[in-house]
Amino acid sequence: MPIDGLSENLTMPASCPPRAQRRTTMVVGPSFLRTAGAVAAKDLRVELRSREVVYTMTFFAAVIVVVFSFAFVKDQKALIEAVPGVAWAAVVFAGTIGLGRAFDREREGDTMRALLLSPAPRLAVFAGKTVAITALVIAVEAVVLPLCLLFFNVDLGAAVLHLALILALGALGFSVVGTVFAAMLLRVRSRDVLLPVVLYPILVPMIMAGTKATGALLAGATGDAWFWTQFLAAYDAVFVIVSLWTFEALVIE
Amino acid sequence: MPLSRVAVQKVGKRFGQHRALVGVDVELAAGEVCALLGPNGAGKSTLVGILSTLVRPSSGDVTYVEGDAARRADDRLRREIGLLAHASLCYGELTAVENLVFFAGLYGVAEPQARAHALLDQVGLDGKARERTVRTYSRGMVQRLALARALVADPSLLLLDEPFTGLDRGGALALGQRLGQARADGAIVVVVTHDLEAIAEVTDHVVILRRGQLVHVEKKRGFTYAELRDVYHRHAD
Ligand SMILES: Nc1ncnc2c1ncn2[C@@H]1O[C@H](COP(=O)(O)OP(=O)(O)OP(=O)(O)O)[C@@H](O)[C@H]1O
Ligand SMILES: [Mg+2]
Repeated sequence: MPIDGLSENLTMPASCPPRAQRRTTMVVGPSFLRTAGAVAAKDLRVELRSREVVYTMTFFAAVIVVVFSFAFVKDQKALIEAVPGVAWAAVVFAGTIGLGRAFDREREGDTMRALLLSPAPRLAVFAGKTVAITALVIAVEAVVLPLCLLFFNVDLGAAVLHLALILALGALGFSVVGTVFAAMLLRVRSRDVLLPVVLYPILVPMIMAGTKATGALLAGATGDAWFWTQFLAAYDAVFVIVSLWTFEALVIE
Repeated sequence: MPLSRVAVQKVGKRFGQHRALVGVDVELAAGEVCALLGPNGAGKSTLVGILSTLVRPSSGDVTYVEGDAARRADDRLRREIGLLAHASLCYGELTAVENLVFFAGLYGVAEPQARAHALLDQVGLDGKARERTVRTYSRGMVQRLALARALVADPSLLLLDEPFTGLDRGGALALGQRLGQARADGAIVVVVTHDLEAIAEVTDHVVILRRGQLVHVEKKRGFTYAELRDVYHRHAD
């Protein structure tokens, strides 16, 4: 035995039944949901194994929140008005790091090519990757939100659930748009520079709506907050549709 | 339904100013092993990429025929294509079994777990290695896994780009046998390689590229190493 784990020979002929027989073991094409689920589960499993992306993202986001809580001070107290900007900057910057790394992983063994080569619906692959990145961003938000409340001394009461909804919508919008561009730039050498350049302008409406919604909520203006929450939801809906439409055309060499 | 024929017609590919392929015509038939040969940079991998449907030709086109009917390059066609490329196409953070189960799922293969183990038996990757992450594998072990991945859905168009790289002697011999078996099963097999000795015996069809151009085609059921080397030196050098 030459190396651990290698048998002396490939034992093909004996263990390999004829084609006609093998064919019957196939089920029909993989469904959309099953594929998306498999891709998302695979991404999250890889991440759980190394945890490097989520740790980097969370650490980075936490530093932003903490540093700004000491920078924006008025009358010895952290300035609540700074919270929307700080929270969203933390989420978007941390998300960009995660996005880049999540797609670097598909480059290592050229596995993006393997995904696109499979008969699974390409949109399902896209949906799976989006779900995984959304989950990462939400994990970061789950740390950023309590940190913000703590360091800026905010007491939101039950409205904290509304804020969580706003942030979750933001995570989804960010991931949908981000996945399209990250996939598109996968083969471009200067992608690390280009990704933020093309991504942020398109995210501007979302970031604006997100900060407005958060600000309104902190100021107790529930009506305004709901208006901007709906704006966020509409933004997400539009970009889900646009991305599903364009993804396939964008990823072929 | 398995593919019966693939016709490459006047295919060209440019990368900017550089012409990687110029007007290439190749006809691939079921039950034949095609050895795609040529010096480095000849355009072999580019042609394999085009055959895999992932690289768009700049001119000309590829027709995939099933029975008598031409097929569009869609999801269902990709089901029939197995690719082993320069890269492993596998995830370093997953184990061999996890990789194969994942891809078996994407191809809609029934009982992915059993399929994964059967494939790993076939390519001779066994024991504890199956449960280690691929990142820890030796070169040859990665190559065996990549081969298993290419075979996961039992493709009728098998594209192997330098499959002998990193394999030990036993592995190379057995891969040769596996190619013979794919041929007997009626698959269309394309093998890019510089290892003429390993491929000679199962070769039915030699296609030689040089600087993106088709310089020689020869059909014959099985070559000796000396014959194949001779053909290669006459046309590729
Ligand atoms: N993505 C790309 N961008 C620019 N040029 C490319 C690209 N891919 C291939 N080429 C060029 O096309 C030509 C053919 O490349 P290809 O990889 O097909 O060669 P090959 O025959 O597979 O060589 P080798 O035996 O070294 O693997 C080369 O000159 C290469 O530089
Ligand atoms: Mg090559």
